[in-house]
Amino acid sequence: MERTTLDLWVGLFVLAGLGALVFLAMKVGNIGSFDAGKTYAVTARFDNVGGLKVRAPVKSAGVVVGRVGEIRFSPKNYEAVVVLNINSAYKFPTDSSASIMTSGLLGEQYVALEAGAEEKMLVQGDTLKITQGAVVLENLIGQFLYGKTGDASKPTTPAK
Amino acid sequence: MLDAVRSVGRRTIDGIWRMGVAVRFFGLTLVHSGICLRRPQLVMREIFSAGVLSLIIIVVSGLFVGMVLGLQGYETLQTYGSEEALGVLVALSLVRELGPVVAALLFASRAGSAITAEIGLMKATEQIAAMEMMAVDPIARVVAPRFWGAVISMPLLAAMFSAMGIFGGYLVGVVLIGVDDGSFWSQMQAAVDFRQDILNGVIKSVVFGVAVTVIALFEGYDAPPTAEGVSRATTRTVVTSSLAILALDFVLTAFMFRGV
Repeated sequence: MERTTLDLWVGLFVLAGLGALVFLAMKVGNIGSFDAGKTYAVTARFDNVGGLKVRAPVKSAGVVVGRVGEIRFSPKNYEAVVVLNINSAYKFPTDSSASIMTSGLLGEQYVALEAGAEEKMLVQGDTLKITQGAVVLENLIGQFLYGKTGDASKPTTPAK
Repeated sequence: MLDAVRSVGRRTIDGIWRMGVAVRFFGLTLVHSGICLRRPQLVMREIFSAGVLSLIIIVVSGLFVGMVLGLQGYETLQTYGSEEALGVLVALSLVRELGPVVAALLFASRAGSAITAEIGLMKATEQIAAMEMMAVDPIARVVAPRFWGAVISMPLLAAMFSAMGIFGGYLVGVVLIGVDDGSFWSQMQAAVDFRQDILNGVIKSVVFGVAVTVIALFEGYDAPPTAEGVSRATTRTVVTSSLAILALDFVLTAFMFRGV
């Protein structure tokens, strides 16, 4: 085969292959949407993380602002310690609160960040003080069956 | 009785010996790879015969695998009322598993067998011996360019297979059946991770490419220089490399996706 034709075909082949990879990375994967940015790590302690997974999104006002970096168990006070990697572009006050939510009824779980009112902003290594763990569906059903409301602080009336 | 034990022993020793020769052959190929940088035209030619000529079978099978995934996935997801997850199903199964594995199986039967037959015939017609007579190292001149040509082609082919498959799933799911276009792509993008899924798929396809090519080159180089020997070597290439792909895929998957 003529050398120029061969070069042309090989060039087209390599470009098509790289194009397919770029297509996979951009259109199918989520590169460029978040992972590339710099992040700072903040820890939060939860009494129960439910089905939260590493790499689950951290959302504020429904917008993804970071990802869960690490989940470990603290044997000292029997709590779950969750490391949140938050995009450096977003600053949150130190009294922000984190809660574990579920997207939809059976969807994946994510961490919702609610901004506080403090002047000081969270920096690398800080700990969130106000947290709310995952709602366990079984407990909820149990409370419903025994006629309790979701709020434990209210006086409960026994079911008939 | 003793003869039976002896034959088991002989086969074991032969097998280990052959494996050792194959590993040395692989090492020798890597050592003699310098020629590929000095004369890139040699590698170009092999990318053409291993990659460009495999393009049609890869693209068509990718498209059909994706379309079948779209149909079957829709049937199952429909019972749970979550047809929108079709994009996730098609993309994850293609990028993680089907893309690298099926592309490598096709590559082994399309390009691997061709490499074995070509080198086996070169040996049978004493072209390789002639090269040695002319002080041309056949490993550098014949084997190394084929190795690099095929190893470069394989991940590109696997990526094209996955991309075509996702397009096929899109055709059936969105265009034909009518799953919502936006949620098809957005759920896919939310679920597919670049490092965890796409990059691991690329690593898999590179490993498969190396395995298939080394097996094909070694079988060709090792083939008895007869018509029967070449035909047996070609068959062995396809069988051995298919088994190697499946076994390696299990090992790699176990390392890559050991739960999060």
